Amino acid sequence: MSTQPARPLETRPEPARGGVAILGKSVILKGQIYGREDVTIDGEVEGTVELQEHRLTVGPTGKVVATIKAREIVVLGTVQGNIETREKIEIRKEAKVIGDIRTARIVIEDGAYFKGSIDIVRAEAPKPAAVPAAAPKPQPVASAGTPSPAAAASAGDIKR
Amino acid sequence: MAILDFAGASQSTVSFVTNYGHRLYSDDFVRQLDRVFGSAPDGANDAGFLENQTNPALVSDFFELALSFDDGSFDGALVWDSLQFLSSPLLQTVVAKLHRMLRPGANLFALFHTDERIENIPTYAYRIHDKRTIQMVSRSQRKPAQIFNNRNLEKLFQDFQSVKFFLTRDRLREVIVRR
Repeated sequence: MSTQPARPLETRPEPARGGVAILGKSVILKGQIYGREDVTIDGEVEGTVELQEHRLTVGPTGKVVATIKAREIVVLGTVQGNIETREKIEIRKEAKVIGDIRTARIVIEDGAYFKGSIDIVRAEAPKPAAVPAAAPKPQPVASAGTPSPAAAASAGDIKR
Repeated sequence: MAILDFAGASQSTVSFVTNYGHRLYSDDFVRQLDRVFGSAPDGANDAGFLENQTNPALVSDFFELALSFDDGSFDGALVWDSLQFLSSPLLQTVVAKLHRMLRPGANLFALFHTDERIENIPTYAYRIHDKRTIQMVSRSQRKPAQIFNNRNLEKLFQDFQSVKFFLTRDRLREVIVRR
């Protein structure tokens, strides 16, 4: 049962170049995968996988024993290792994931097996562009009991 | 805060806990019990399942698989009904380990079946739906290692700071234990 309100499907503009690299069922790879395109693993991988701006899919036959960093990960097979995604991880039914996850969003289907910790990392709000420092303007003295907005903001900062 | 959940990962519990900004550690404790000591579906194979819980090598494997956490790792533990399927002395060892894994002031939530007349009790996958609702998804029936009354439970959690009991409508005793 979802606790999220229904919303229309998001559409993401596809990158102008680059497709999906597929590691087939019979491929066994030990080492580091670093990529600038989406990757699907249907074979076995041991080591590290880094696709910072792209999506990793571990297919139903895929077995990955690795530290993974990617923009988005979809697991239908088996993953053992720590996972970090900037946007989302989906653990589909029949999938097995053992490891610690840091992600902005997570989807776990019924039937999936997961053992590990989940840290939801909220996306940081974009910082406003830096404004060149101007000469300080004279401020009116705030009356007692009604702090100025600036004073209130700094009080809040101190609290945090 | 860091929360330990023995019910296995579910979308609703993950969303509920992480929406508060807490870190969730999830594992299916009963599944790990079955994996190490032999499964006991429908209560049919319970003799072996409970007998295996006295095997030191299997007990060591179980702790390595399901409870390999540092002392003071968690601020809360949701153990649901899993402790009912542990026989002594494994039960006492697991509770002592939980005591060490929890930080002082942490809470542990557990459920125990209250009906002494029935041989096999229903087991569930527990999911936190919202602040007021726990969804119980039926899994199977199995024989508990023992039925607990308030006195048993006080003795079981004697090293904890306090034990509170709440009797629910579903023949379940809710127990909140403070470390």
